[in-house]
Amino acid sequence: MTLAARLKQDGLSLIPYLMAGHPDLDTTREVGRKLVNTGIAAIELGIPYSDPLADGPVIQRAGQRALDAGTTTEGCLEVAADIAAEQAAPVILMTYVNPVLAYGPERFARDAAEAGVAGVIIPDVPVEESADIARTITAAGLDTVFLVAPTSPDERIVAAATASTGFVYCVTVTGITGSRSALHPDVHGLLAKVRSHTDLPVAAGFGISSAEQVSLLREHADAAIVGSAIVNELDAGRDPGPLVRELLSACK
Amino acid sequence: MTEHNGSDDRTGHEHDSHDPDERGYFGEFGGRFIPEALIPALEELSAEYDKARLDPDFVNELLRLLSDYAGRPSLLTEAPRFARHAGGAQIWLKREDLNHTGSHKINNVLGQALLTKRMGKKRVIAETGAGQHGVATATACALLDLDCVIYMGEVDTERQALNVARMRLLGAEVVPVKTGSRTLKDAINEALRDWVTNVETTHYLLGTAAASHPFPLMVRNFHRIIGIEARRQMLAKAGRLPDAVAACVGGGSNAIGIFHGFIDDKDVRLVGYEPAGHGIESGEHGATLSEGSPGLLHGSRSYLLQDEDGQITEAYSISAGLDYPGVGPEHSYLKDSGRAEYYSVTDDEAMEAFQLLSRTEGIIPAIESSHALAGAIRLGKELGPDGVILVSLSGRGDKDMDTAAKFFGLVGEDA
Repeated sequence: MTLAARLKQDGLSLIPYLMAGHPDLDTTREVGRKLVNTGIAAIELGIPYSDPLADGPVIQRAGQRALDAGTTTEGCLEVAADIAAEQAAPVILMTYVNPVLAYGPERFARDAAEAGVAGVIIPDVPVEESADIARTITAAGLDTVFLVAPTSPDERIVAAATASTGFVYCVTVTGITGSRSALHPDVHGLLAKVRSHTDLPVAAGFGISSAEQVSLLREHADAAIVGSAIVNELDAGRDPGPLVRELLSACK
Repeated sequence: MTEHNGSDDRTGHEHDSHDPDERGYFGEFGGRFIPEALIPALEELSAEYDKARLDPDFVNELLRLLSDYAGRPSLLTEAPRFARHAGGAQIWLKREDLNHTGSHKINNVLGQALLTKRMGKKRVIAETGAGQHGVATATACALLDLDCVIYMGEVDTERQALNVARMRLLGAEVVPVKTGSRTLKDAINEALRDWVTNVETTHYLLGTAAASHPFPLMVRNFHRIIGIEARRQMLAKAGRLPDAVAACVGGGSNAIGIFHGFIDDKDVRLVGYEPAGHGIESGEHGATLSEGSPGLLHGSRSYLLQDEDGQITEAYSISAGLDYPGVGPEHSYLKDSGRAEYYSVTDDEAMEAFQLLSRTEGIIPAIESSHALAGAIRLGKELGPDGVILVSLSGRGDKDMDTAAKFFGLVGEDA
């Protein structure tokens, strides 16, 4: 089943995020394998980058810890392969453009495809800069996911939706990743606008940390992406399983 | 195009063949690699600057502030006693250190602050390394009644404590940045994160000719006045164009500003000096163009210092304004096209030039600018007594006295 078809299935689904290598790759592998078997729609796996502009303090720190522990892009792809091998939920990679360029876009796309990865999100590549890299990634059979933000005018939403495959990533706060007490005041209007421009599933992310916020997205989005809240659990040395189960029940 | 009679009434904002393409590329360098949330703000800024650069009201208001407030035109000073240590070549200093707030930074800051007003925004954020850009930004915000928040790496707030006090005195909020290497790179990251969050009310007044389009173009144009004046002054005072123009390069704003005055004068060498820190072989340096490779940082494609996984590595320099692991995309273009040359200068060489200019000319330069002075000594020895060299003295060294006092042991009983 394609990523798009999977996310279009019944109601709101959940995409948790893990930073590969935080606190180490073995933990990411172990936690990732467990999470994909809990009923989540897909898992997002971050490849750490030294200068993550779109990320708030929690994911920044997690990425820095991963890098300090010696995490490499190669190591992240190996863990992605191990999680994908469970064949329980698709793996989506999220990283910034410079690590991809340094690895070599063609090699990255090929190795990710071989690892069984379903799609790639690169938040610092907007649509107008994406031609070469998106072509390389889709040529390897992977989905490319673009982001739309509360500040995006209609024509940019159309462009991002047209360029995306798999799903469209709708940023639900004006800002960076990390917990917020409140989502964008007109999050429903924003999601409705994005849905009016595309048949692809629409996933909502950034700032979503609680079951209450997830439940607000029911019927308005196809998936909720939760990152910092899960990374926080790992930071505290806790198994993120219970939080994920709570978020999953909020989807229903 | 090229005039040799000394008359030149350009403002720096004219369209010419050196503009990037409409996507912000200088050759293969530049562009807009930045989260989607900021793209509309960059488009708004591009559109506003495109209108403003052709609007006589805007340009004249800026020129008025540059002359009546910042003190332009800055002087051109010959440095004959210093030149004796530089192979006897003629050395001329473009005195950006004499501008209000003590460096070239005010040129760009006044321009962008006026643009902020035009866009109807009330809040300005900026990054600073040495504090020169932060002080200039806080100054312009005080003058033009804008709220001002300055992001500064924690390491730099310690190295440049007086500038922190100066910014606070001017009414700015200074936020020490505690992430990453806690220097300029991380201050830019934090400023960009603030901008993503507050983009509808806030202008990011970026201080260097780097990052996403239109910043490299716009910041360059605000600094082209340096080169336009210097060319006119060289013709009037030295009676000829220089053989070489020397400037320090961190992000590259003063260098691109002075280089552009001579970019169509094919016989004038444009030479940039990057910080070699403790020496290239030590690995502790900021020689991005000399030692780096192309990649993406802070929103544009340019040379940068990175490891094999594309992680940005820390830059080091004794000068807080030069330890940046990236560089403006136009410098990358000028390097690859061969129009400009880039070399590196160690901390020790820069400090030697710092002391030499102080003792021979009674001018205490910024440590940043001292890299260009050290370069001029090398150029002078190469060119000999017939050589004529123009140096961008981009800032004054008052802010560096703490560093210099420690370096030379100037304080205490044994000094």
